Amino acid sequence: MDFGDSPDEGAFRLRLREWLAANNPGLPPSSTADEYWAGQAAWHQTLYVAGFFGLSWPVEAGGHGLPSVYEVILDEELIAAGAPPRPSVGYLVQGLLEHGNADVRQRFLPGLVSGRDRWCQGFSEPDAGSDLASLRTRAVREGSEYVITGHKVWTSYSDQADWCLVLARTHPDAPKHRGISAFVVPMRQAAIEQRPLTMINGITREFGEVIFDGARVDAANMIGEPGEGWRLAMTIVSHEREPGELGYVGRYGKLVKELAQIVRGRPADFGAEQRRDLAWAMVEAEMLRCHVSRRLSDRLDGITHGPEGSVDKLLMTWTEQSVGHAALAIGGIAPAAVQDDTWLRVYLYSRAQSVMGGTSQIQRNLIAARILEMPTA
Amino acid sequence: MDVRLSPEQIALRDSAAQVAGRLGLHAVADLDETERAAKLDAAVSASGWRELRAESDAGGPWASAVEVAVVAEELGRGLADTAFLGPTLAADLRRLAGLPPATAPETVLLTSGLGEVAEVVDGLVPADAVAVDARGAATALVPVLVSGAGGRRLGEVALGGDAAGVDLTRPASQPGSSRTVTIFETGTPLDDEAVTRWRSLGLAVACADLVGVMRGALNLAADYARERKQYGVPIGSFQAVQHLLADALVLMEGSRSIALHAAWAVDAVSSREAAAAAAAAKAYCARAARSVCETAIQVHGGIGNTWECLAHVFLRRALLSSDVFGGVGVNLERVLVAHGVGGTDGLR
Repeated sequence: MDFGDSPDEGAFRLRLREWLAANNPGLPPSSTADEYWAGQAAWHQTLYVAGFFGLSWPVEAGGHGLPSVYEVILDEELIAAGAPPRPSVGYLVQGLLEHGNADVRQRFLPGLVSGRDRWCQGFSEPDAGSDLASLRTRAVREGSEYVITGHKVWTSYSDQADWCLVLARTHPDAPKHRGISAFVVPMRQAAIEQRPLTMINGITREFGEVIFDGARVDAANMIGEPGEGWRLAMTIVSHEREPGELGYVGRYGKLVKELAQIVRGRPADFGAEQRRDLAWAMVEAEMLRCHVSRRLSDRLDGITHGPEGSVDKLLMTWTEQSVGHAALAIGGIAPAAVQDDTWLRVYLYSRAQSVMGGTSQIQRNLIAARILEMPTA
Repeated sequence: MDVRLSPEQIALRDSAAQVAGRLGLHAVADLDETERAAKLDAAVSASGWRELRAESDAGGPWASAVEVAVVAEELGRGLADTAFLGPTLAADLRRLAGLPPATAPETVLLTSGLGEVAEVVDGLVPADAVAVDARGAATALVPVLVSGAGGRRLGEVALGGDAAGVDLTRPASQPGSSRTVTIFETGTPLDDEAVTRWRSLGLAVACADLVGVMRGALNLAADYARERKQYGVPIGSFQAVQHLLADALVLMEGSRSIALHAAWAVDAVSSREAAAAAAAAKAYCARAARSVCETAIQVHGGIGNTWECLAHVFLRRALLSSDVFGGVGVNLERVLVAHGVGGTDGLR
């Protein structure tokens, strides 16, 4: 049991540290402003070109084939440098690796990993949220294509996306979990309308809804077999719940560090309650770093797709929301429009974490059923 | 980095789990079974686990704090009513002070609130000092500030015998009536760094105990939720109960991750970094353990509030481990200090 670096890991860390010292783009705190999302795409490509992204993914996928724990080294060094967290595309990569055939993996993974192509995920619908399997978007075969009609919502990055991983019903008469297939749909076509949604913290670049009105997709862009979309969806959402795939250790570490700097700079302005909120954010962020180290170590001999993601999701959520509370306590509410409301935005954004990727209530249901083996009603 | 337990550590864990499972508590009434308790004590004595931090032939302790934590977690989970934390901390103190291993069971002496080592004034320990985890111990060690000694010298004080305390599995003791500390003439002084590292060990072992207690309390409650029926169905089929238990599991897993890191840090990084890791872990585990044990009581309903239900034995053990070298508040303050935003930086 060793949290320390091997000689190779230590050398990598130093190389990364040197590079970061000269290449930190200095974006605002994550998800606080449209400027962040605008700069994030360039940051993805910069990290990739320098050889510091996709560390643990296979070389064929555009990754580096390094042991899983290199990802947490990356997170730690991003925090130390005050750099933005790594891009959150790991769950898509894991889904395509697990369910895509050779052709799909070859065509799509390198662009996804390098940041050349932007992706979004068309899962949720207005009437299919937690009950995802009740989704109604349809895909009908026409020759060598499928025609997609439906309405997707809570689609992160839909405004920038080149591709959308869409779940659509191909077998309307099959039981609801079995009639779904998954497609990689090109977003740049007239039959797709993208409408941005403004989140409660005011940002418009992250969240959207997407209307598919007879959009076309090559049948070769189906991931897995017809009717197997649910399995892919479960693989993806299980990894979407993992801070190790999302790089969120880096996200929280950076925010906590910035909050600590504020308190250090104006110590007289902050009392016991604010300091206590900050201390909890520090403790939670440290817990998550240790937890991700443990989870990624468990993958050193290969990845599994199990219910542990729900545990990780709740730990990540509690961390994000305690960071959010510290941000609110220290940054304040910015009562007048002229004041900097960065930290208010961080707080408001944190409320989404207990909903996105599966609500906290759903995670608790999954943990009770699949880990604690509670009886069903 | 590979934070999985090694095959040797897994074997150690399995053997501690086996002893604690076979000879630890399965019901509150087991506390009165002196024959069982004696067998447990003999098994732990024979295992050598209390001497993991004693000086090895090669120099340094026989085992790292990770091995100690692995054992502590299993003893906590099984509610092992035998001494481990106290003798382990005493053995580490002896090693750090260059003294030979103890010839009789001993523990360490803390302040009345357990937050720090007891302060010795004019050769006397305070009457309200507490010898923690003192079952079977006739003496307790205490590092004493001696002017001109270049650090703290190790002293020992005779104890007044076991006294009941919050934790039904690990009775505390208090100094005997003389309260006189006898300073060891031999050995080397303990500098601040050694004391800090030793305290980090204490925090890490307490955290591991808390993780074990959380596992035990959660198992107890989950078993009960699967069996207990109301409205004709097991109460574990209700989401309200499921969600309480799920939160408890998540808190336990988060605690385990941060506690493992603190244990590793004791021997692997600078004493400052180890102290920061230990403080963060203790704040997290102490808060989590109280919540998990309270959940265990809640899920048991009425029976959970009776003496005969084991849930309060877990809670009581958690309350003691939580306060060893400080609970939530003290350790949050230490975390702030470690990040340069504490005490001396002008913060209120």
